[in-house]
Amino acid sequence: MKKEHINVSRREFLISSTTIGVGFSLGFYLSACSDGDKTESLTAKENLSAEKSLSDTPEVNAWVVIEPDDTVIIRIARSEMGQGSLTGLAQMVAEELECDWSKVTTEYPTPGQNIARDKVWRSFSTGGSQGIRGSHLYVRKGGAVARHMLIEAAAEKWEVPMAECKVANSVITHLPSGRTTTYGNVAKAAAELFPPEQVELKDPKDWKIIGKPIKRLDTDDKLNGKQIFGADLTLPGMLNAAIKACPVFGGKLKTFDDSKVRKMPGVRNVVTVDDNAVAVVADTWWQAKTALDALPITWDKGPNVGVSSESIEKMLDEGLTSKDKVSVGNQNGDVKKALQGAVKTVEATYRYPYQNHATMEPMNATARWTKDRCEVWCPTQNGMASLEAAAEAAGLPISKCDVYKIHLGGGFGRRGAFHDFVKQAVAIAKQMPDTPVKLLWSREEDMAHGHYHPITKCKLVGGFDKKGNLNALHVRISGQSILATVNPKWMQNGVDMLTFQGFHAEGDHAISYSVPNLLVEHAMRNPPVPPGFWRAVNINQNAIYMECFLDELAHAAGKDPLEFRRKLMANHPRNLAVLNAVAEKAGWGKPATKGVHRGLAVVKTFASYVAACAEVSVDHSGKLTIHRIVAATDTGYAVNPQQIEAQVEGSFVFGLSALLYGECSIKGGGVEQSNFHNYPSMLINEMPKVETIVMPSGGFWGGVGEPTIAVAAPAVLNAIFSATGKRIRQIPLKDVDLRPA
Amino acid sequence: MAKLKINGKLVDIDVDDSTPLLWVLREQLGLTGTKYSCGIGICGSCTVHINGEAVHSCVVPVSSLTAAQEIVTIEGLSTDNSHPLQQAWKELDVPQCGYCQPGIIMTVAALMKTNPDPSDADIDANVTNICRCGTFNRIRRGIHLAAEINKRGRS
Repeated sequence: MKKEHINVSRREFLISSTTIGVGFSLGFYLSACSDGDKTESLTAKENLSAEKSLSDTPEVNAWVVIEPDDTVIIRIARSEMGQGSLTGLAQMVAEELECDWSKVTTEYPTPGQNIARDKVWRSFSTGGSQGIRGSHLYVRKGGAVARHMLIEAAAEKWEVPMAECKVANSVITHLPSGRTTTYGNVAKAAAELFPPEQVELKDPKDWKIIGKPIKRLDTDDKLNGKQIFGADLTLPGMLNAAIKACPVFGGKLKTFDDSKVRKMPGVRNVVTVDDNAVAVVADTWWQAKTALDALPITWDKGPNVGVSSESIEKMLDEGLTSKDKVSVGNQNGDVKKALQGAVKTVEATYRYPYQNHATMEPMNATARWTKDRCEVWCPTQNGMASLEAAAEAAGLPISKCDVYKIHLGGGFGRRGAFHDFVKQAVAIAKQMPDTPVKLLWSREEDMAHGHYHPITKCKLVGGFDKKGNLNALHVRISGQSILATVNPKWMQNGVDMLTFQGFHAEGDHAISYSVPNLLVEHAMRNPPVPPGFWRAVNINQNAIYMECFLDELAHAAGKDPLEFRRKLMANHPRNLAVLNAVAEKAGWGKPATKGVHRGLAVVKTFASYVAACAEVSVDHSGKLTIHRIVAATDTGYAVNPQQIEAQVEGSFVFGLSALLYGECSIKGGGVEQSNFHNYPSMLINEMPKVETIVMPSGGFWGGVGEPTIAVAAPAVLNAIFSATGKRIRQIPLKDVDLRPA
Repeated sequence: MAKLKINGKLVDIDVDDSTPLLWVLREQLGLTGTKYSCGIGICGSCTVHINGEAVHSCVVPVSSLTAAQEIVTIEGLSTDNSHPLQQAWKELDVPQCGYCQPGIIMTVAALMKTNPDPSDADIDANVTNICRCGTFNRIRRGIHLAAEINKRGRS
């Protein structure tokens, strides 16, 4: 049905939508600033090597634009930060669209357009391993609707029934006559049609693009320096800013003496940013940073100057046994009674430190503020939240602001819930109206002002009955709640259920075992160090607590750790299946190479089931070598198996870097570590061989980017125990003596 | 005013003497493929070649350079992704976020000039770049594949 058949107001909406749909490139948006900038914007586009060519072609629908030359542009609302979901999401649209994959490209719609179009692209949030699993239904539907409209347009042109037409690879065929046409020929006509009321999605068994190990769409420019990251952005007339915020959490800026730096080369301005930071704006970033380093600044260090790792440790220790402010995350049976009646009990206390995300690309954002418009170019995991932050800082209605997303040089959760760098960039730009200003944090600023992996400790007590079965398990977590600081509205009656990730009774983060008497509690203790969502979040520590302690229990019971787990997993078949898969492939129960020892871990998290078996050796000097890790993952449906393998391998680098080196210690109310020399990340020479088993069992959609991180550390720690007889209950290992006991 | 030879072209540079080469490349010449990440010569994201050797450009002051030195950046490696490392990286889908990859490719390109078929031990000793996404195993495979592509090219 043609759009004008319905009503005028809807037609107008469609025209305006189409207008919005024209050109999603960075250069276009600059030209939208004001009429006078049109020439300038072309220069900007050239300078930027803008990712997309401008297109006048009307969209078929919000997800699909098809050019006359059959190029298929698929719109992606979530952000690409390395995890590969740009390609995965395009695969899902293309599967239903039945288009020629070799002609597929992608583009980001802006959050401002999303608002103007009644959130047609839904969520822009790229975290919680949600990119694929949170949008598979509506993006596939977007592809299916576009396919329907394209076929309808061809059928109308030929004056034949739609049912007589079929499509494959962007070519529509009228079966009775054998006539063919391509999507590119009918896309313009299709754009004039109304979408069908209903479409049917393919049966997974018929998928041709989903489930295939297709190559990423974003590789070429990452091999030759053409890929523009936020830190690389250049706009005409742009200035550069370097910033320093009070190094003590909660501290404020008192004074600075800009007379010392105003005459330094390139310096244009020295500005206060919010109440806690100062920025130097200069022609180049190096000039801005050089002047900032020379700027005399005095800080009001505020109330937290006495906070240290030691004082935080005391807070957490109190919480391990306290009766105050304790919430329950999961319970069944009667743990106290069962422990009292236990034939044998085992107790241990574990600890997990603060860690920085340390994305390779430091925080940055470029802002341009005028009295009636504010625009921000930035790498963000959540464009909509960046837009809200920009509008707030700009003091303008959200309709007068927009955010242009750029691929991220790493996210890991740092660029999702926190938009401090956006607010700062806008606050600076606001003091220099009409001038684009790029704010780039130094690595040192990035280390000092993270939103850190929260710190917790955990006391676990297990009790055996007289048959030697695990009858009771009491888990007491003490430490920081992310939600209490970041967004208390996400808590449930004052309880941060995310703290119990991996211990839930059911759902995406459910416990992998059935224990007759179970109690899992959290004593919330919130030190004044800002916590954040750090890739995989609370399962990182909870998997160590649970999986290492289960290993301790198995050894206390004189049982094999695999057999001990299996007995508790009768009601958890998918968890058991991934555990069995790694045990079998690793050769669990069979002798390893001399000196090599194995350890296991399994979790369900982000709706996926993952397990790992690590093989390590520890020499007489205490040197650890991680030789090999076998990993299994059941994500339900696996959209791109080779990218799942890449995420699994990468997850071990992230998880093992945390295990080996990851700690931010606190002194004088701030973080002691300042750069990669004292906050190292693992290198290629420490990387084990990784064998990945992708075993999608179907029927559900699980996350990929995070789950495997959780099994990295506990599998290795359990292998270290096997190798040395030493039970390591706190990380990182860099300062731990691993010499065999 | 200093003269430098970058990707085969002589360029005039007018910056403070202490400015690191990295920021000359990025902010004077628009060669942003060379990345800033640590600024202290550890992570390798800013790796370029000076007379064929891999150096961390974030700690090389421009005053220490002369126009006689051949400076090559990722943009100078090849314009069409035809370098064997780029071919191998493409074949194996090595990059994730991609931010560290130009530095890694430049590090390996320098290594393979003197050691065209590096062993795993050679790779361990020479590739000390940080990659937080964790592409190390594909990097290793990519290096071995590039060595093969090189051999095929010669035979």
